[in-house]
Amino acid sequence: MNFAATPARQGGFLSLGQYALQRLAWALGGLSILAVIWLIAGQMMASSPRLANYSTFGLGPTLQAFPEMWSSGKIQSATLASGYRLGMGLLLAALIGVPLGVLVGRIKWFAAYSNSPFQFIRMISPLAWMPIAVLVFSTWDGSIVFLIAIAAVWPVLFATAAGLAKVDPAWFKVARNLGANPLQMLTKIIMPAIAFDVFSGIRLALGVAWIVLVPAEYLGVTSGLGYAIEDSRETLSYNHLTALVVTIGAIGYVLDSILVMLIKQFSWHRGGAA
Amino acid sequence: MSIRGTEIKIEGLSQRYPTRKVPTFNRVDLVSPPGEALAIIGRSGCGKSTLLHILAGITRGTEGRVLLNGTEVNGPSPRWVMMFQAPHLYPWMTVTENVGVGLTFARWGKKEIAERVAEAIRLVELQDFAQANVQDLSGGQQQRVALARSLVMEPELLLLDEPFSALDAFTRAALQKDVRAISKRLGFNIVLVTHDIDEAVIMADRAVIMAGSPGDIVHEMDVDLPDPRDRTDPEVQRLRARLMATFQEAANYKKPEVSLAAGAGR
Repeated sequence: MNFAATPARQGGFLSLGQYALQRLAWALGGLSILAVIWLIAGQMMASSPRLANYSTFGLGPTLQAFPEMWSSGKIQSATLASGYRLGMGLLLAALIGVPLGVLVGRIKWFAAYSNSPFQFIRMISPLAWMPIAVLVFSTWDGSIVFLIAIAAVWPVLFATAAGLAKVDPAWFKVARNLGANPLQMLTKIIMPAIAFDVFSGIRLALGVAWIVLVPAEYLGVTSGLGYAIEDSRETLSYNHLTALVVTIGAIGYVLDSILVMLIKQFSWHRGGAA
Repeated sequence: MSIRGTEIKIEGLSQRYPTRKVPTFNRVDLVSPPGEALAIIGRSGCGKSTLLHILAGITRGTEGRVLLNGTEVNGPSPRWVMMFQAPHLYPWMTVTENVGVGLTFARWGKKEIAERVAEAIRLVELQDFAQANVQDLSGGQQQRVALARSLVMEPELLLLDEPFSALDAFTRAALQKDVRAISKRLGFNIVLVTHDIDEAVIMADRAVIMAGSPGDIVHEMDVDLPDPRDRTDPEVQRLRARLMATFQEAANYKKPEVSLAAGAGR
């Protein structure tokens, strides 16, 4: 979220092009500061006899590991495996969370009955489901997708319900007055009205899913970014480990940026979104 | 755009809520001929808005019925369309999309929608804003979009629930004149609920006054004035004064005890 960018844009001091350039400059500037801190920390570790064994955590060795890991296909295969699990988990979360959120937002008795069980289940750590998931699902992939889905469903569900609660009830009255049937009400009025909130929920869910994915892949599976990190740790390939951490951060950042674009695309709120 | 009016018949219409002892209104009868612009005037709480919602099919009366050209009103229909106090436009749609939304619900073809919508937008003089985001329009322009959205359905009856009360005086006056002119040109009925005497005089062919508890139609008056009507016209002012006096008289109206007691005894 780029809070700092908002006032300048609202104030109308910058053109859209200048605004985009300014955002890019901020992003590159922030990342450069992070890289410098990492570089210094790496050099300090290299110069310390006690920490010298870990100097491959530094920026230089990490950057050197990328071409090697890319040419061996390690990054691509790990990303594909994790991406599949993440995508399936998020898809399930959206397929379950959006309809349930619509029910919670539209039907009072459903909201009243479901609130306590939903809050109860929501507070269970997703990783606490791991032993049950392993028993229930025949594959590790199935277990991990389930863990991601159960962690990611709540932001989607509650954001959808909250979005619906904010909808002007008169929009439904007008639509009924103009002859909308229930399906048209859903597709032409409800979904466009809450698309912004649904995508905001999916954005939050992505963060949660990404957090759950990596530790879930530490256990059992033999593919994915989490597995690759664990494998690098066990083989003492610390530069590979940090390269994978950077990859995870980069993928997460790109996915989040895509969702921010979608939120903006579907937002009808004045003053921008996200 | 070809629209014709409808004969409105309200027969013995009552509305009571389980939580209230006194009905909102009790056995109301009213007839309005095709093409008439009828104003229902009354203070807040007299049941005039409830009556309008029943006419629109949004609410059901507890007794009695409403007939439009002999068809009983049992629910909302594009044949009888309501305009509310606020325009309630869909902010994710352009002006054109908002105006055509009812036709989309009715599954019209894209070409037919485009033609009909363009005509409705011309009618409310918003051609220059056809592709605009409705959030960029002024309050008056937004209410014009809501009017076009109703007119595009070619309704026989346009129900107006204090539709211009949130607008500034100049915009309100312009819209009152325009809506009346359009209704006379196209021939549809208007039922207007208002507590603004000026609005009733400028827009209606006949005004009925609702008062009492339970509400009832206690007076009615023909607004027999030539078009276009101007507030400064002495005839308009004279009729306004008469309607105001009748309205004030009605404010002190109490339904005869006898009929209530007789009703309660049955």
